[in-house]
Amino acid sequence: MSKQAKLIVFFVIVGILFAVLLVRASQNKMIKPWPTKTTVEYKQMETDEAGVVMSETIETKQVFSWKGFWTWFAAFLTLCIISFLYDDNPFYKFAEHLFVGVSAAYWMVMGFWTTLVPNLFGKLTPGLVAKTGLIEGLEGVPWTWHYIFPLLLGIVLLMRLSSKYGWVSRWSLAFIVGTTAGLNFVQYLVSDFMMQISQSLKPLIVTAANVDPIISTSPVICSLSNILLFLGVFCGLIYFFFSVEHKGFFGAASRVGIWILMVSFGASFGFTVMGRIALLVGRMEFLFADWLNIIVQ
Amino acid sequence: MADTPETTKKTGWYQKVRDIDRRIIFLFIALAVIIPLLLQPSFPEFPAQLVKDTFAEMDKLPEGSKILMAFDYDPASEPELQPMATVWTRHAFENKLKIYIVALWPLGQNMAEDTLNELLKEYPDRKYGVDYVNLGFKSGGQGVINVILTDFAKMYPTDVYNKPLSQIPIMKDVKSIKDMDLIINISAGFPGLKEWVQFGADPAGVRIIGGSTAVQAPLLYPYIPNQLHGLLGGLKAAAEYEELADRKLCGMKCGQDAECIDSCIKEYAKRDKGKVRMGAQAIAHMVIMAFIIIGNITFFIDRRRERKG
Repeated sequence: MSKQAKLIVFFVIVGILFAVLLVRASQNKMIKPWPTKTTVEYKQMETDEAGVVMSETIETKQVFSWKGFWTWFAAFLTLCIISFLYDDNPFYKFAEHLFVGVSAAYWMVMGFWTTLVPNLFGKLTPGLVAKTGLIEGLEGVPWTWHYIFPLLLGIVLLMRLSSKYGWVSRWSLAFIVGTTAGLNFVQYLVSDFMMQISQSLKPLIVTAANVDPIISTSPVICSLSNILLFLGVFCGLIYFFFSVEHKGFFGAASRVGIWILMVSFGASFGFTVMGRIALLVGRMEFLFADWLNIIVQ
Repeated sequence: MADTPETTKKTGWYQKVRDIDRRIIFLFIALAVIIPLLLQPSFPEFPAQLVKDTFAEMDKLPEGSKILMAFDYDPASEPELQPMATVWTRHAFENKLKIYIVALWPLGQNMAEDTLNELLKEYPDRKYGVDYVNLGFKSGGQGVINVILTDFAKMYPTDVYNKPLSQIPIMKDVKSIKDMDLIINISAGFPGLKEWVQFGADPAGVRIIGGSTAVQAPLLYPYIPNQLHGLLGGLKAAAEYEELADRKLCGMKCGQDAECIDSCIKEYAKRDKGKVRMGAQAIAHMVIMAFIIIGNITFFIDRRRERKG
């Protein structure tokens, strides 16, 4: 069959399936792709001075809901992405580009409204922000002058876009890197270094008095587990010690370390597979329950 | 050694299996997920010790204890993490614990609202501001945790409905994370459980349990048990926690009646998303294991043929 013929057959089949789904939707057997009237409840809570909820009134309103349309669109995009498993195609490219574009725009908007507005404009011009009603409780609040410095550093960071003055942005980057390193340094040292070392120092011979119930209630199994933990940490660290040639006892310990690392990578891979299958189950559930209404939830 | 017509004829089936089109494998995986979703088989859940310890950590809190729940995930991780969020919130409402909700991910706030809206249908007597409060999302990652380590009001002057914290009864005796009895974090990445352990629980000395995606779980095991007191890693762990929660609820409902407990658990299993999805997950795993075994068989046959040739 020629390529054009295959395309025609494909579109005819898709058209028939689409028509069948539209008929199902019109018979209320699945969600409709057009806007529908729905009843929405608005809750109004009345509280006393202490903030305790004294009464609730529920207002109902008839509105046009676009939920059906967006569900159909989401299903269409899901199928476009899944179509890549057969072969690369324009539908997949469209969905991928749409996703990248919308993600970039979404994070830009989020960054503006959740960071710039409350943390910069709300600090430098609280009166103006209060007038616009964006953030409540800023009336009469004085401005915080030292937020000029983050504003200047932010503008300097944007100099990155200039080919001539882009080097200036290194100052802002240096500030960001330095602050992050400083903030994280102590906690990483405590949580990821000191406490990890202390947790690795476990008794190699475990008695009934100090069993770890997470591992087992049997002292023998706890002892074997602790010995394995010690060997794993010791041999794993030896593998990464390159100042001594890996031969003899050192070489043997290094090979044991490689095996330990491979086992942990295998476990990690297994967890990753489990996670990806769970996400696939979630997507299939969306298609067959939320969209097609074949699975009753 | 190149394949001769004779050897090709002898090993035709083996070559077909070895060189199978990957799209056939994708089709098998798709069917392994779709068919169980349609038929909804259920498999018994046998909670692991780590899940039991996580459950015990939550269950031992007396009525009125304060728990900080951080919703650090978005709809992309909903299949794995929403069952955990739902069962923990239900557990908290059932045990009459006070819930303080925060989010370090923008959509975490919406996930929290969806979870609350779902559970408030089961527990309509839980009052906002008295039994739970939603402080919402703040940007800044571990910077937010650093601030609320000492002063909530500095980072959250109001709740998500713009109400000052001083006017919310549940916030009366709460100044910082250190006033919490337990931190629960549901995490899909960064910032998430790792940051809550490093910047929240460790410096504050507050106990923490968490739920994470399966991908993240191996990175969090080093923190167990002294820094992280409980972990639900992925959908399987969520299903096991649901089993424990159902057993407890049904035990309270039916007493010693084993038949009543069994039918009660079966009834609750229909609403437990973790258990429902585990049916499809388990069968998909079996299909993947079968393909891994087949792949290994063809690999070793190939190696033997190369050595002979």
